[in-house]
Amino acid sequence: MPPLLELRGITKRFPGVLANDSIDLELNKGEILALLGENGAGKTTLMNVLYGLYTPDEGEILIHGEKVDIHGPNDAIDKGIGMVHQHFMLVPVFTVTENVMLGVESIKNGVFLDRKIASERIEEISAQFGLDVEPDAVVEDLSVGAQQRVEIIKVLYREADILIFDEPSAVLTPQEVGELFNVFHALIDQGKSLIFITHKLNEVMEIADRIQVLRQGKIVGTTTPAEATRNSLANMMVGREVMLEVDKPPANYGDVVLDVNDLKVYDDRNLLTVDQVSFEVRAGEILGVAGVQGNGQTELVEALTGLRQIDSGTVSINGTDTTSYSPRQITEIGSAHVPEDRQKDGLVLSFSVADNLVLNTYYQPPFSKGLNLQQDAIEKAAQERVDAFDVRTPSIHVPVSNLSGGNQQKVIVAREFSRPIKLLIASQPTRGLDVGSIEYIHGQIIKKRNNGTAVLLVSPELDEIMNLADRIAVMFKGKFIAILPAEEATREKLGLLMAGIRESEIVPA
Amino acid sequence: MSDEKEDIKTPDELEQPGAEDERPLLQEIAVRRGRFSALVIPVLAVFTAFVIGGFIIAATTPAVLAAWSNVFQAPIEALRITWQTVWGAYLALFEGAFGNPKLIVEGFQIWFSTGDPNPLLAALRPFSESLVISTPYIFAGLAVALGFRGGLFNIGAEGQLFVGGLASAFVGYSLSGWPMIIHLPLAILAGLVAGGLWGAIPGFLKARTGAHEVINTIMMNYIAFRLTDYLLTGPMMRQDGLPITPQIKPSAYLPTLLPPPVRLHWGFFIALGAAALVYWFLWKTPRGFEIRMTGANPHGARYAGIRIAFIIVLTMTLSGALAGMAGTVQILAVDHQLVRAFSTGYGFDSIALALLGNSHPLGVVLSSLLFGFMRGGASRMQSVAGTPVEIIRIIQGMVIIFIAAPPIIRSIYRLKPPKEEEETVIRSSWG
Repeated sequence: MPPLLELRGITKRFPGVLANDSIDLELNKGEILALLGENGAGKTTLMNVLYGLYTPDEGEILIHGEKVDIHGPNDAIDKGIGMVHQHFMLVPVFTVTENVMLGVESIKNGVFLDRKIASERIEEISAQFGLDVEPDAVVEDLSVGAQQRVEIIKVLYREADILIFDEPSAVLTPQEVGELFNVFHALIDQGKSLIFITHKLNEVMEIADRIQVLRQGKIVGTTTPAEATRNSLANMMVGREVMLEVDKPPANYGDVVLDVNDLKVYDDRNLLTVDQVSFEVRAGEILGVAGVQGNGQTELVEALTGLRQIDSGTVSINGTDTTSYSPRQITEIGSAHVPEDRQKDGLVLSFSVADNLVLNTYYQPPFSKGLNLQQDAIEKAAQERVDAFDVRTPSIHVPVSNLSGGNQQKVIVAREFSRPIKLLIASQPTRGLDVGSIEYIHGQIIKKRNNGTAVLLVSPELDEIMNLADRIAVMFKGKFIAILPAEEATREKLGLLMAGIRESEIVPA
Repeated sequence: MSDEKEDIKTPDELEQPGAEDERPLLQEIAVRRGRFSALVIPVLAVFTAFVIGGFIIAATTPAVLAAWSNVFQAPIEALRITWQTVWGAYLALFEGAFGNPKLIVEGFQIWFSTGDPNPLLAALRPFSESLVISTPYIFAGLAVALGFRGGLFNIGAEGQLFVGGLASAFVGYSLSGWPMIIHLPLAILAGLVAGGLWGAIPGFLKARTGAHEVINTIMMNYIAFRLTDYLLTGPMMRQDGLPITPQIKPSAYLPTLLPPPVRLHWGFFIALGAAALVYWFLWKTPRGFEIRMTGANPHGARYAGIRIAFIIVLTMTLSGALAGMAGTVQILAVDHQLVRAFSTGYGFDSIALALLGNSHPLGVVLSSLLFGFMRGGASRMQSVAGTPVEIIRIIQGMVIIFIAAPPIIRSIYRLKPPKEEEETVIRSSWG
């Protein structure tokens, strides 16, 4: 019997890039196929080919052994292929039913939407697959996990047999990931087949039936969780030996550098998002802030770096009260900030690499003298930093937008780390980066810490926090619900705390 | 430091065209091509607009239409008349803009042989007139371009031009007995300050309340126009009751270079100097760096410690001052008094000039010269070839459409799309 879905020799070129290089892929009925690869390996391109968003330059797609042409998402849906996108495609102010109906509306009396039929079907699907979604709920009131289940319902409502999940766990808590995997099992039990795109090794090992690893547009290996180890998968993904754990000497604690007391901060919608948070970070230690995204971490970092007004409470850096300081004053006092969104905040994409390397020091000597910028000094410093931090760029004059994500992040790290700093506030410093860059940036952070810099590391990636931090704070609904030494933190314990469940043996902050 | 092995390409790097060794060359070409294409689109846009303009001239000329109604009897004749009409119109436009080369050469000969400069001056007049028209264009175009670089869409150049002109006219006629060395700079300063203030108000409103500068600069235009009406019919009205200001004193005149009828004045060179100054300021000074950073990415600028509110007010003030100068030079060098309709839309055309010039001072100068020559030549085109001056307006309009929508030009000439950053400046302020 032919496989349910087969891709043969799919090749997709973009100008100057071979995104998919004669890829073969098979999906059997009732299996979970994990497509593992780093960002930029070509996973998403391949799935977009399958979903009809791109036309392949070469190769063919077969369903049940028959060649099919897929010219767009509608074709894909007709053929029973559905995609759950990483970024949800939902209208926040619509109800679940309205969102699910969008595009395949049932009509009554020729003009009116028939919500009743739709919501009955949604309840049916929800019960069948254990999705637990209320059809009349408004989407913006739902948790992220529930919104994802709405996306799954959308696909099932369109009667998909093959479900593609693009990095579905990126936005979920560990507990929600567990629930998602339960849904996966339910889908398989009901005869669906899944393709699961990810770069997370743990998840692949836990859920996949088969694993195909993609690197630089090619399938570099096919294996199963039974045959593979996390290390072997990582090596396959990157193409060389990878250190998954960071080598870290014991912390050598110094004086308190960052001292935060009863901090209260409101967000843009005027909701209390940082609620009476107090903590200290000492020289030579890394305090990791774990938590599901959207629990106030962004606002906390913005408040500490002067980008957001502090409602009450105090912040002091190295004994100086910086509560009402501007971003520039905080920078000048010796604080560095690696922002969570490097393209939005950390860089000016249309500016050159050299200009981005002096983005917050351009006005100081030697970069500026009298009325003029000193282009020579700027370029000299830029070249030194590019060399020192191994930024891969054809020249310091190209716009930073030409660089890969990893190299863009290295530009930020080079800029922030080459100043004499006492405090480093790093927010998701490795978001969306490849394993090689992650390794490098983690190494640099550890180096700063060993040299006596106080580091506040905010990240929703538990692995990152557990690898780097000396102490771990968990943020939930604007509060630090616990601060614990790294040695006491286990994945399970942190997972529960991230969901707001405080165990009795965990000492509250 | 090098933790990554040299031979490893991270997958992200693969997404970049031509990774690793061949990249520097390719990048170099890409950068050059970027600069090249910054020029290609405007040039092709102008060319295309003139070609289409030719068809419009042909289609609206009765003689051409008559010839085409006879096309089956005399097809060659129809083509000939069409060509003759369009060519004649554009030739007249050219002569109106640059002068007649033959007359200029003869003028030189007469001057050398008899010492009489008048035929030469007369022959040079069309060229000079075009430069005179270009002068306020350069100032106003620089004003809008500076705003674009700072991420602000200053539609209020026309209003700023009016208040700049009013202030200069007032200082020009109300002070008397001052030496030129004081009076003229004062009159110029008045225009700068008035235009700057007029621009600063919407800047301040944006910085303080977030009110969009597009709306508020438009509103400030209306206020400026009606203010002009009020002043010309009241406090600044000439004694004979006409809605015109009194003549400014000769001590506030911005001098001309040559005797009449050549009206080319120092304002043109001040405008070129202003373009150089804007370039230096934006690209060579820390403050200019801040303005460009704020325009390119306000979030990044805030992160980098820049006071966005201050930069917004500063950018709008400088933009307004430049636009004010457009009015000032027109009053002090050309009109010597202010009449109600003294600007024929320089401020509005300036938006087109900034777009056409890619918001770069050199580009603004070039596009201002183009517009100046087109307007300078238009009246001769009408009188000699009988082609209405409005054709020029149509051509200008098409130029702007092609500039604002580069894909049109690219698809006509089968050009490849450029990298994104080329076009971001123009659109960023609508975000």
